[in-house]
Amino acid sequence: MHRFANPARFARFAATATPWSAAATALLFAIGLWLALVASPPDYQQGESVRIMYVHVPAAWMAMLTYVVVAAGSASALVWRHPLGDIAARAASPVGAGFTLIALLTGSLWGKPMWGTWWVWDARLTSVLILFFLYLGHIALLNAFDEPTRGARAAAILAIAGIVNLPIIKFSVDWWSTLHQPASITPFAKPAIDPAILTPLLVMAGAYFLFLVTLLLVRMRAELAEAKLRAARATLLAHG
Amino acid sequence: MESLQRFVEMDGYGGFVWPAYAAAALVLLALWLLSWRALRRSEGALTEMEARLPGRRERSEHAGPARGPA
Repeated sequence: MHRFANPARFARFAATATPWSAAATALLFAIGLWLALVASPPDYQQGESVRIMYVHVPAAWMAMLTYVVVAAGSASALVWRHPLGDIAARAASPVGAGFTLIALLTGSLWGKPMWGTWWVWDARLTSVLILFFLYLGHIALLNAFDEPTRGARAAAILAIAGIVNLPIIKFSVDWWSTLHQPASITPFAKPAIDPAILTPLLVMAGAYFLFLVTLLLVRMRAELAEAKLRAARATLLAHG
Repeated sequence: MESLQRFVEMDGYGGFVWPAYAAAALVLLALWLLSWRALRRSEGALTEMEARLPGRRERSEHAGPARGPA
């Protein structure tokens, strides 16, 4: 991984990887959507509304994973001055906000027919809403200063402090009473979900993940180009 | 035709399922378009700027014809 710590080398790698990653994303989304909307059966309890799960659950997973990218990038920039840390955090944050927005919107559209309400102020829904605001706060701080490094520093501190929200989201369904169902898929137990429903879910999760990877490649390339542009402007000014 | 209507209606849940998919598609598409546009814009501006930099221009002028096929 250290090979890609060099920004120029990373930019070259990202430029080569982007079309492959984008093609794989499109392919997985095509398969995933067909499985989710056509090939999978309705749930025995939730009927056809279970199909919302295939866009909702992967979005929620990626919302949390993207936050790990933001926090890890911020920590590596703040502690080890890693040149790509700030760039990764800056690139990931709007993508994470997008995933969180999808999770909130689709969750609301699933909650209405299943729970009888669009929204409840319980721990799961509220902590995910807080995640959305953390992303927005992070983006706002990044752009709040004329000097980009000051903004990046303030945003990094917020991102690292906000990581405490992730276990709260994860365990909120176990710690507090809620309308939200607990996790059906856990790392060490057999999934409490039929393969006919699990397969489309995992394919869609794969598609969302590749979408995140593709967008990180594209956005980090853009951020690197912006950084070089700033340096080039400074050189031009210095030369008159 | 009837099966298409059944597919759209989703057993009465169509009013929730389709907006959920539309919302997800809209957000993902917007993210992709904005990110791609930002990349094209910043890389375009960088190429233009690098052409104006004195040091780089000299280097590229030297490198150009010397390395080309005779």
